[in-house]
Amino acid sequence: MAEAVLALSRLVKSFGALKVTDDVTLDLREGEVHALIGPNGAGKSTLIHEIAGGVRPDSGTIHFCGRDIGALDTAARAKLGLARSFQVSSLLPEFSALRNVMLAVQARQGSSFRFGRPVMRDASLIEPAMAMLEKVGLEDRAVIPAAELSHGERRKLEIAMAMGLHPRAFLLDEPMAGMGPEGSKSLTHFLDGLREEAPILLVEHDMDAVFALADRISVLFYGRIIASGPPHEIRKDPEVQRAYLGERA
Amino acid sequence: MSLALFVEQVLNGVQFGVTLFLMAAGLTLVFGVMGLINLAHGSLYMVGAFACAAVAAWSGSFWLGLAASIAAAAAAGAVVEWVVIRRLYDRDHLDQVLATFALILIFSEAMRWLFGPFPLYLDMPGLLSGSVTLPGGIEYPLYRLTIILVGIAVAAGLHLLIARTRIGMRIRAGASDREMVAALGVDIATLYTIIFALGAALAGFAGALVGVNQSVQVGMGEPVLILAFVVIVIGGIGSLKGALVGSLLVGVTDTMGRFLLPQIFSLVMDPSQATTVGAALASMLIYIVMALILAFRPRGLFAVTS
Amino acid sequence: MERERWINIALALLLLAAPLLALAAGEAFYVTLATRVAVLALAAVGLNLALGLGGLVSFGHAAFFGIGGYAAGILAAQEMTAMPPIWIVAALVAGIMAAFIGAVSLRTSGVYFIMITLAFAQMIYYFVISWPAYGGEDGLPLAVRNQFPFVNTLKPLPFFLICYVLLLAGLLLFAWLRDGRFGAALQAARQNETRLAALGVSPFPIRLTAFVLSAMITAVAGALYADLTRFVSPSMLSWHLSGELIVIIILGGTGRLFGPLAGAALFVLMEFLLGSLTERWQFFLGLVLLGTVLFAKGGLIGLIAGKARNG
Repeated sequence: MAEAVLALSRLVKSFGALKVTDDVTLDLREGEVHALIGPNGAGKSTLIHEIAGGVRPDSGTIHFCGRDIGALDTAARAKLGLARSFQVSSLLPEFSALRNVMLAVQARQGSSFRFGRPVMRDASLIEPAMAMLEKVGLEDRAVIPAAELSHGERRKLEIAMAMGLHPRAFLLDEPMAGMGPEGSKSLTHFLDGLREEAPILLVEHDMDAVFALADRISVLFYGRIIASGPPHEIRKDPEVQRAYLGERA
Repeated sequence: MSLALFVEQVLNGVQFGVTLFLMAAGLTLVFGVMGLINLAHGSLYMVGAFACAAVAAWSGSFWLGLAASIAAAAAAGAVVEWVVIRRLYDRDHLDQVLATFALILIFSEAMRWLFGPFPLYLDMPGLLSGSVTLPGGIEYPLYRLTIILVGIAVAAGLHLLIARTRIGMRIRAGASDREMVAALGVDIATLYTIIFALGAALAGFAGALVGVNQSVQVGMGEPVLILAFVVIVIGGIGSLKGALVGSLLVGVTDTMGRFLLPQIFSLVMDPSQATTVGAALASMLIYIVMALILAFRPRGLFAVTS
Repeated sequence: MERERWINIALALLLLAAPLLALAAGEAFYVTLATRVAVLALAAVGLNLALGLGGLVSFGHAAFFGIGGYAAGILAAQEMTAMPPIWIVAALVAGIMAAFIGAVSLRTSGVYFIMITLAFAQMIYYFVISWPAYGGEDGLPLAVRNQFPFVNTLKPLPFFLICYVLLLAGLLLFAWLRDGRFGAALQAARQNETRLAALGVSPFPIRLTAFVLSAMITAVAGALYADLTRFVSPSMLSWHLSGELIVIIILGGTGRLFGPLAGAALFVLMEFLLGSLTERWQFFLGLVLLGTVLFAKGGLIGLIAGKARNG
């Protein structure tokens, strides 16, 4: 078994009386796609926030590449190689698609306090950024401001930015949200290749995508993980069926 | 330093704090409910003071002037909200700052136009002149004591208004979820105008009360406005309780600082130097307090979660 | 973009030509007016770095302008009358103050930031007023204008040229900062701070650096202003001035390279033209400003050069 890149251990978080994360233990291993599913309100978004550093858990530990990152803020965690995409596209609206990715490249190089050379004449930023745009198929839209991109294009740009960080793990929060069936299909195919670069913790509602991609699936229900395992086991798990079908049927 | 003098200074601080509260309450309500930063709040204070001075001089009655100050400031507030402010609710804070800065220029020149370049003076109403003897034999001006009591009454009244009445319920709901309130059929636009006019009326009222102790002149609202900003930043923007606590804290700190610091410094240096250093430090004291509070609680003492 | 560049060059040449034409026509007064434009523009260039690029609405930049002015005044009173060292001292003192003010105020954002910067500027204002050593409320006159090697600064034109060159240097510095990696991060912090943090860049140190640099530029302008009027008064620190600097930026076009120059020119012209028409010029300035905010976003540069584009 490969070693865990990201390991959550006994994470607990309450908002008032409501336990949104209830004793969650979970890991992400090299080369895999680990899908986190669950009905709306199961606490997936909060869990992503806890991992990324936006929300402090009440107790429990988060290890990333063998290091306890519980005390680090969002920026420090990202710097260690934890790249996330947002459920609702979070981009730099005035910057072009290219400059959005260039900023990711610049962040990876840790050079935001360099004052000199204009970025638009800096091949060490432009070339890698352009390469990322090509990978997600946005090379023709490079000069368009992010605010003017279509929804699907913004989703792709989110992923290009995450890739621009050359991370050691991806945290993708509903990358398929709002994509049509065609878009989902091609994105699924794309993510299938992305796992080569770094393992993916995938929060997703699109079950076709989840079952096509995931090596393992964990099911979150009212803050607790009620099942975890390979897709065929999860499909058969009675508790999952009850939680899911009871909720969604 | 006698105990009587000390108590008197504390009371002066409370009185100052109470007038700050009248200003800060409107600011914090308008921000809490409408998300608007209003620099022109000091202009409404000035409008109230001028209205009071003018009407009192014309009619010979301070009380008529006081009523006029509330009416004039509320009316000015309602008109300004209707013409300008409501276009700013959806704008960013920079636009709000600029537009209300423009309103200050307009108001100040308009007042100078109407009333000329010289300050007006307000006579203290006969009923409230003189002083009272407090327990412990301390003599204190009746007028100042009245301001303290009026301020406490206003604070209590506002609390009841927000917590107990129908309109207060709408105000609270409007602060937390604007669309929801609109969906329930409350006329948001009118509600906002009323809140703004209420804040304006309080500012105008404060202007009239203070106008008795100071001269009434253009620009009188600006130092008070900035202190009111300090107050609501300390208290937590949007919190009425924070505004009250912050006002008293700022009022008492400022007054006591000016009173005590020169005396404290005179223990270690010669008197004239102590006066200079003490006065300089006292003038900065509330800002230092603000910085300290913010260092530990960046969103103020009674931060409103949004 | 191209169009904006031509407009910028035209503006720069116009400001240079104005005093030359004025002198040729024997109207030395207009040289002073042009100098005022250059100095206010430089102050606004400083603020534009924080406000325009970083989205930090500082309502307290008068503090730095005033610190620059008092640095010039106090040093001159100590017989230290060479301009370049004065500028350096002005920038350093303002930078240190800005580091303190920024460290507290940048922990907050939005309205809090606006009010806290305003409050700190007010603190310095009251300190200066209550500290009698350097004039207190009355201000501090400069016996003669400070000196610059090989230049007779007492003549209007050479002094204008000093200010003009410093303004151009300030604009170049602004453009250089904006276009580099630091500028990219700073603009990103304005557009979407969550995203910037998620990329692994903490917004706070970026903003603090911008705030300090911004204060330093504005302080140099303050030192020049003291030399222009040969008088330093607490009004340089007043919140009206902070407001006017913001107004200048908005009139010209927020975040635009030459926005401060366009805005300062417009502001000084309005002050002068309206002022010669009516005593109540501030009333009309208020109306113009209100109209600009409500109906003409993008300012003067936006009006002629169209929307800003970011590569």
